[in-house]
Amino acid sequence: MSGVRVLVGTRKGAFVLSADGKRGNWAVSGPHFPGWEIYHVKGSPADPDRLFASQTSGWFGQVIQRSDDGGASWNPVGNEFAYDGVPGTHQWYDGTPHPWEFARVWHLEPSLDDPDTVYAGVEDAGLFKSADGGQHWQELPGLRTHKSGPGWQPGAGGMCLHTIILDPGQPGRIFAAISAAGAFRSDDDGVTWQPVNRGLRSEGIPDSGAEVGHCVHRLAMHPSRPSVLYMQKHWDVMRSDDSAESWHEVSGNLPTDFGFPIDVHAHEPDTVYVVPITSDSHHFPPEGKLRVYRSRTGGDDWEALTRGLPQDHCYVNVLRDAMAVDSLDECGVYFGTTGGQVYASADAGDSWSPIVRDLPAVLSVEVQTLP
Amino acid sequence: MIRVVLPAHLRALARADGEVELRVEGPVTQCSVLDALEARYPVLRGTIRGHNGGPRRPFIRFYACAEDLSHEQPDAPLPDAVASGTEPYLIVGAMAGG
Repeated sequence: MSGVRVLVGTRKGAFVLSADGKRGNWAVSGPHFPGWEIYHVKGSPADPDRLFASQTSGWFGQVIQRSDDGGASWNPVGNEFAYDGVPGTHQWYDGTPHPWEFARVWHLEPSLDDPDTVYAGVEDAGLFKSADGGQHWQELPGLRTHKSGPGWQPGAGGMCLHTIILDPGQPGRIFAAISAAGAFRSDDDGVTWQPVNRGLRSEGIPDSGAEVGHCVHRLAMHPSRPSVLYMQKHWDVMRSDDSAESWHEVSGNLPTDFGFPIDVHAHEPDTVYVVPITSDSHHFPPEGKLRVYRSRTGGDDWEALTRGLPQDHCYVNVLRDAMAVDSLDECGVYFGTTGGQVYASADAGDSWSPIVRDLPAVLSVEVQTLP
Repeated sequence: MIRVVLPAHLRALARADGEVELRVEGPVTQCSVLDALEARYPVLRGTIRGHNGGPRRPFIRFYACAEDLSHEQPDAPLPDAVASGTEPYLIVGAMAGG
């Protein structure tokens, strides 16, 4: 019988939540790596038993863990992330030049077809690749050394490369997003890059339509229609119909167009999910009501999904990497909160229930659909 | 033998129980002890100091014989009591975070 495995990264460890295809009864494994920040855990599409985890600590730095048995056991692999050459400077918060310094891995993106190949998005923003299952990492320096790089500035959470999307329709095409530089695309497997931010408007920068400098929070794509991308920006939900060459706003009737995650239904490329959050600094749901918003029209028209979610006194946040979908016939949707809840919907968002309620603050949620 | 005490998180990472005992060839210095430690437990590379013998991570401290050796030169000899195994060399995660 098919099943799902939900991979949860939290401020104090990783958790693996498993269920059969009904998604009603859950087994909880963890905490793995207790006490460490687990920024991201993700499985290989080519080998679902192979998982990668980013384990970090302000004291002890970066560790990458790998499991070859679906999370039952883990072993550390390579943790040396050395920028290529002399890394130079980007702008600091006050506008002064600041040396590029590795802090942590925010996001791990395994190859679509090779279980030994995995990409890592890091802070300070850079993209690394391993071709040996995470033992050794090499930077793809073309992104960091883009001519605009010296002008990039960190977002509030650091200058992180948080989104990596491998285009299933065009091998070698990679999308990446950096806070607060914007979205970038490579068409040659990460060797060269171009900013792809035309149409974005950000009021917090001197030139609101600048080529770079936008605080992109998350990108999403449906694999069957890779030319269409969705974006949750610091403000504005955006859509591109031309592989990110240009963007237009689809915030429509959302109660606020600020938020972090965005994802797409597994079988309906026009069904999109976001979690509106009050900003600029509040970073909790409007009116204390935790609502996922769903558009079935590729944006603009949004409906609130509330059944099973707290509708009063709820002041959690949902971070950028903390939403995912499964690909069972009835698409499942999952998200985790800074309050430690992981919610699941087995009916495409119509109703929700918590799998767990009291984990440490959730940083990331990924889902594997198992045969 | 040199006795080394690791912080709990690094003991778990290295899967080491209790104190670690190391044989160090030549002068017993912080650098040679860490070299021997990382040779025994490669997973600790980068978690105490930078890769390839780089600088101490900011929230790591080195103590021995009731002294803070964190700011000593990496190649300075460690106290005789550490070199003889009478006293342990302590690698400590600094208290921080409230």
